[in-house]
Amino acid sequence: MMKTAAISGGLDVYAIREQFPVLNREVKGHRLVYFDNAATTQKPQEVIDALVNYYTTYNANIHRGIHTLAEEATAAYEATRDAMKEFINASGREEILFTSGTTDSINTVAFTYGRQNVQEGDEIIISAMEHHSNIVPWQVLCEEKKAKLKVIPINNKGELLFEEFEKLVSSKTKIVSVMYVSNAMGVINPVREIIKKAHEVGAVVLVDAAQAMAHLDIDVQELDCDFLALSAHKMYGPTGIGVLYGKKELLNRMPVFRGGGEMIKEVTFEKTTYNDLPYKYEAGTPNIADTIAFKPAIDFVNRVGKKAMHAHEQVLLDYATEKLRAIKGVHIVGDSTNKISVLSFVVDNIHPQDLGILLDNRGIAVRTGHHCCQPLMDRFRIPGTTRASFAVYNTLEEIDLLVAGVEKAIKTLS
Amino acid sequence: MSDHKTIAQIEDEIVEEFSLFDSWDDKYEYIIDLGKKLPPLEDQHKIDENRVRGCQSTVWLVADYKDGRVYFKAESDSVIVKGLISMLIRVLSGQTPDDIISAKLEFIQKIGMTTHLAQTRSNGLLSMVKQMKNYAVAFKAKNSLTT
Repeated sequence: MMKTAAISGGLDVYAIREQFPVLNREVKGHRLVYFDNAATTQKPQEVIDALVNYYTTYNANIHRGIHTLAEEATAAYEATRDAMKEFINASGREEILFTSGTTDSINTVAFTYGRQNVQEGDEIIISAMEHHSNIVPWQVLCEEKKAKLKVIPINNKGELLFEEFEKLVSSKTKIVSVMYVSNAMGVINPVREIIKKAHEVGAVVLVDAAQAMAHLDIDVQELDCDFLALSAHKMYGPTGIGVLYGKKELLNRMPVFRGGGEMIKEVTFEKTTYNDLPYKYEAGTPNIADTIAFKPAIDFVNRVGKKAMHAHEQVLLDYATEKLRAIKGVHIVGDSTNKISVLSFVVDNIHPQDLGILLDNRGIAVRTGHHCCQPLMDRFRIPGTTRASFAVYNTLEEIDLLVAGVEKAIKTLS
Repeated sequence: MSDHKTIAQIEDEIVEEFSLFDSWDDKYEYIIDLGKKLPPLEDQHKIDENRVRGCQSTVWLVADYKDGRVYFKAESDSVIVKGLISMLIRVLSGQTPDDIISAKLEFIQKIGMTTHLAQTRSNGLLSMVKQMKNYAVAFKAKNSLTT
């Protein structure tokens, strides 16, 4: 039995755990082991407090009110934008648009920039490991514009084949949209190189950073991505709030997507003029509470430090990989050495759903199924995997429980 | 048929059997055991028309109508779902269309397996129950046309 060192990757993991109240609960008579972090992470107390505090003390609609509560709510809401600007090092706060999440961000790009700039015969490139949310919007756009969707293949380890991308990219390429990190396998993609290559032909690049945000340092200016999409709830923040980062000159050129309040400058029945960035893309009353509570999540990640988080999570990943690989019949899907802390695996003759149910009986939460990546599962000719994904608050002891749970389940099921 | 049991009687039997288990592990080991014992469905039946799709697991279901009663056979790629199928077949197979249509199947909730019928997209069991009832409705309609 391994115990997480009091200081792992420079972190006091046990002190961090204390900030996450849900980790104290029991599931089916066992202490919860939460390994479904790639789906959504748990929330630290400060995020929960921020939500409660907003509704308890200064709930108000933002931007238009002149009363004290509206001013306080507006300031808190805009403070999250400033924190996010710093967090990803955008060149200006107006490059940070709030959306409902990564899916909404990608759709916004597809149906604003995409509709404006993709014409018949043009090409859009994605990869074989994309989440459905980074496939379907482009398919819809391609169908509408009679454009073509091209797919970068991957190897048996789940790694993107960059040389194949180089062959696909051409003057016809208008948009390249790839995930930074695979949600189903944890594999990290060479987005920097992809962006550089795409820019050589004048294409813009959207990076789906949903899975990367809580694990990797991201500097959008250094990456030079044109758009970046992320969700708060995968980085210790609330659900229903995400960000679309876009380079200012692109956002200024793009047509608006949704009409309504807040996004206007002046409305008459003949013509409406639009508000400036970022507001012209934020129609209607936004998700004020969750946006405000997103800031403490950013603060939490900053305070703990992504480098330290990543170091600790790699300790967990290496240990879990070694232990699970040693079990007869277990095969790791996406067996790359360049990964974040996601461990996806299949077990000979055992359905992932059965394994997931038996692990849940021991209080262990994993994800089973196709992880919204059916084309990726088809590529590996499997119906789905069992996925354990680790976050900063997980420990080696919990991995021992997972390993014991998998061993017991295999015995019961075979 | 004096030995014929009603749906309610069989449901009560299952609930009583499950009352012997006090842990989730025991319950699932029993269901898994039932799943392993479920006779496999002949390959010719494992076709798309008989497929009841869930998000994670797949169920194949076929039904026959004989002497006023419906007989089901089914299989799944998940052994736990197979175990649950086995219980559903035990309850519903050999019953009349009317009884199948009105069956409330409360035993599922009573033995703590409601999660498998919840709308979580997690498996094909809910669709399977619907499909079993659809068969009963279809057989009933066909029967009323021919008699």
